[in-house]
Amino acid sequence: MKERLEQVFSAHAGTSAELIPILQQVQEEFGYLPEEAMESIARFLRVPASRVYAVASFYAQFRFSPMGRHKVSVCTGTACHVKGADRVLDGVERVLGVSEGETTEDGEYTLETVACIGCCGLAPVLTIDDEAHGRLTPQGADRLFAKGEDSRQ
Amino acid sequence: MKKDTRSLLVCQGSMCISGKSRAIQEALEKKVAGTQMDGDVEVKLIGCHGFCQQGPLVIVEPEATCYTGVTVEDVDDIVQSDLRDGQVVERLLFHDPETGSPIASYHDIPFYGAQTKLLLRHCGLINPEDIDDYLGVGGYEALGSVLERPDGREVLAELKASQLRGRGGGGFPAWRKWEACLDADGDEKFVVCNADEGDPGAFMDRSILEGDPHAVLEGMSIAGFTVGARKGYIYVRAEYPLAVERLRVAIDQARRRGYLGSDILGSGFSFDVEVFLGAGAFVCGESTALTLSIEGKRGLPKAAPRPRTTEVGLFDKPTLLNNVKTFAFVPLILAQGGEWFARIGTEGSKGTATFALSGHVVNCGLIEVPMGITLRKIIYEIGGGVPEGKAFKAVQTGGPSGGCLPESFLDTPVDYDSLLQAGSMMGSGGMVVMNEDTCMVDVARYFLQFTERESCGQCVHCRLGTKQMLTILEEITRGEGKPGDVEFLVQIGEAVNAGSLCGLGQSAANPVLTTIRYFLDEYEAHIVEGRCPARSCKALISFQILPDKCIGCMLCAKACPVDAIAGERKSVHVIDQGKCIRCGMCEEACPSRYSAVERTSGSLAEGGEEA
Amino acid sequence: MRVHDLTIDGVAVSAPEGTTVLDAARKKGIYIPHLCDRPDLKPVGVCRMCTVEVEGKGLVISCKTPVRDGMVVRTESEGVSKVRQVALELLIADHDSDCLTCAKDTNCSLQRVARHVGVDSPRLARIRRERDRRPLDTSNPFFDFDPNRCILCGICVRTCDELQNINAIDYTFRGTKTLIAGFGNRPRIETNCESCGECVVRCPVGALVPKDSRQPSKLVRTICSFCGCGCGMLLGVRDGEIVSAAGDFKNPASRGRLCVKGRYGYRYVNSPERLTTPLVKRDGEFIPVGWDEALDLVAEKFSESMGDSFATIASAKCTNEENYVVQKFTRVVMGTNNIDHCARL
Repeated sequence: MKERLEQVFSAHAGTSAELIPILQQVQEEFGYLPEEAMESIARFLRVPASRVYAVASFYAQFRFSPMGRHKVSVCTGTACHVKGADRVLDGVERVLGVSEGETTEDGEYTLETVACIGCCGLAPVLTIDDEAHGRLTPQGADRLFAKGEDSRQ
Repeated sequence: MKKDTRSLLVCQGSMCISGKSRAIQEALEKKVAGTQMDGDVEVKLIGCHGFCQQGPLVIVEPEATCYTGVTVEDVDDIVQSDLRDGQVVERLLFHDPETGSPIASYHDIPFYGAQTKLLLRHCGLINPEDIDDYLGVGGYEALGSVLERPDGREVLAELKASQLRGRGGGGFPAWRKWEACLDADGDEKFVVCNADEGDPGAFMDRSILEGDPHAVLEGMSIAGFTVGARKGYIYVRAEYPLAVERLRVAIDQARRRGYLGSDILGSGFSFDVEVFLGAGAFVCGESTALTLSIEGKRGLPKAAPRPRTTEVGLFDKPTLLNNVKTFAFVPLILAQGGEWFARIGTEGSKGTATFALSGHVVNCGLIEVPMGITLRKIIYEIGGGVPEGKAFKAVQTGGPSGGCLPESFLDTPVDYDSLLQAGSMMGSGGMVVMNEDTCMVDVARYFLQFTERESCGQCVHCRLGTKQMLTILEEITRGEGKPGDVEFLVQIGEAVNAGSLCGLGQSAANPVLTTIRYFLDEYEAHIVEGRCPARSCKALISFQILPDKCIGCMLCAKACPVDAIAGERKSVHVIDQGKCIRCGMCEEACPSRYSAVERTSGSLAEGGEEA
Repeated sequence: MRVHDLTIDGVAVSAPEGTTVLDAARKKGIYIPHLCDRPDLKPVGVCRMCTVEVEGKGLVISCKTPVRDGMVVRTESEGVSKVRQVALELLIADHDSDCLTCAKDTNCSLQRVARHVGVDSPRLARIRRERDRRPLDTSNPFFDFDPNRCILCGICVRTCDELQNINAIDYTFRGTKTLIAGFGNRPRIETNCESCGECVVRCPVGALVPKDSRQPSKLVRTICSFCGCGCGMLLGVRDGEIVSAAGDFKNPASRGRLCVKGRYGYRYVNSPERLTTPLVKRDGEFIPVGWDEALDLVAEKFSESMGDSFATIASAKCTNEENYVVQKFTRVVMGTNNIDHCARL
């Protein structure tokens, strides 16, 4: 871990204003923010560890536990909402057997909601690893994962 | 661009990209390269062309032919028929929904007809990843001429003459901020572009960053020169990877060509821009929270009274903070003159407004209209009305800070003051149309859920008030509302708006207050009758199979995830209400020619009578 | 310094430039309800309780609004009461209601505000409901943290930052999930908290309370005996026993502040293991003796070890003056420069 962190730190001067970009890069590197890494960041930037945690826990982007191999984000923007995003989310939760914010037991999927990915013309939308799937119905969502599972086998 | 050259413009806004427009572009390039046309035809990517509903789009210029819903399989036809033989591919054209006749030029499509594209003038025309394209349409000329002037006072005068109001939503006169920042003491100042477009249902800023990033950079550089700043930041949502990528490409190109960096165009003026990725906090759209976020802190808005950001902003230095659209307007205003700009729009709101039109509307997309246009014209003329023959119910503007306006407000002119007066607001440009199937209590609940999640948690009213309003709204949509709830919602809502610390909290109750004001009957139906008039609230609806319509095809039974539907093939199916989870899969599965699944709300004993 | 003349609820008030309306009112004995303001901390304006109406300006928070000449301030108006009554009810609905068994009962800012502002009972009843309870943090040996009583005023966070510079705790997460916590939301004892208790003293409600919450029957003003700093303290005494220690805000040296030892280290006084007479070792066993006898023995032994066979280690528990005397004694009487000082309290 130490080497990977130093790799990230090497591109920074070590001023406290770099906290958020560093957290982003560390998360990019590890998939989440391990406590040990946050403590190293605090030492590198000479800011209190409590502040690193305070900032990391404030922003929705940061996570303190590893993610599944695939990230599923159901858009719950206004356009998606009025076009039935709740039902799509229900459907996905049912298919994957997890609730929003959770990761499937096999570590395959992490299910999240996002407050608008700006693809309102495609509403309702979900993304799987940044690939958007639009104009969904609960059944369509079912099929999306059924198909996805087949293709990986 | 050579004369006589024809251009194949492949829209690569985010929506067309999710329709595989990158593959379309590659296929077009490959196809063209293999023909004798190579050299006479250029294939290039463009930012959002606006007509997202019909994407992916391929535009042929100079004819302005607009191909809609293009797939990779259509590439052969476009190249062979249109480019080689001069025959427009009719099946890919937009067809008038009324007459059914094809329309070749996008200029003739009603969606484009009522628009006035100023801000979006380059979106869908130039390649956002090629600075030469931007230079080809007069880009950076405004900056060049500004840099020849002794100081920023002339820019300020133009801006003042234009009467441009900040496009972030509040509508504060832009020149006032610029002047305040210019007059603020300090050897170090900053220019910050707010691209933290967080309103759900809004994608204007993203489309501009994706389609015309240099206009934003040029506007920021001009701002830097005017107020005396040497450093700029663009605060972009991390959820917008494409916008970030295009911005970085643009910044890199601008630096290499001397439009950013030290000694810009030999003028001695230095200005550089850094992209800062937001980390997921809606409240960071608020100026003080945004600057704290760049400083590496929690995005907590500062309580008023406090010094203005133009005096004490980023790193406690004087800071000019404007929205993407405000900066993107600047080069145009300087090129055409402030007075020219002030001739467009209304008395109090000059220029154009950009909206992301979405929801229950035939034509979703990115639009730009002159201020003062009516909501009706936007929704019906540009938007093509409400699809599937459904009735219009409301239009929402201003995102979580705005409100829902009913049909009686359709002739309201769209400008800062009129919308505010109606109980909504301009906001940064989301416009969501809602049809009769939309439950307005649920819409209020939806927005409160958003605000409650995004509240920074500092002040009591916003942290706990949004939570309480949300809980009450949840109870109402579950049929657990109590008499007096509407009054409590109004009292709490008014206190939250009056007492909260920042703009997010001070407008948090708007979705509740406007829906109560205009759709009180829906609240009462939920609370008093336990009925959702829009038949949308899950706890208050039930599904039944109509015996006279069901043919026993089993499709619904197969679709039901909880095996709540019983019935043999070719005999009428029945839903076990005890098992039913009201997911609506049966309704969806039932072929529309039978429509045997009925959705009702209210007492079943009364035979499912609906409003 | 420039002085501003204003009126608060019709009472003429004069206050120097830079004073906040809340401070000016406080000095004049006018109570404006507030929860997150502390005179020794920077105002943040998050509780919204100190909202007042200023003529021509509307509703403002008095903790951040500076006084101005001619200002007309009203602490009561329809607008004011609407804003703060709802805020109060929201806080109460989100707060434990077992005041009688709370250590802060009768000494609680929320109670005081509630008495002053009053509630709309039907409305409060509507919004009061079963809450998810958050776990208590009882890891610190001297005090407990109960997030279910916390009103998120942030006074503890600002104390730890502005006054103590320790930054053991901060706001974490956001919205209704906001929690005052240390790094990684670990138990307090596993953070860099030094247990100074300054946050506990300042907590306006029962969220941070000392484990030892016996109320004293009288207070004794004294100086902390732990080190040479000389912090002023008020020892709480009950039945001849010290049951509490508090910083003396009137003491010019310490201005009310104490460290962990001064604040929580008083139990040794009543400890049965505490030595109360000198002990002299005879035949391998410690025998209690009188002071004269003990000092005679020390003097006798000292005189056998004059010069460099002698060394002194002085204590940080002594004052500067005492330490001066020690070094003087060592050099002049004992004739050696072998002097050290623990200076590591």
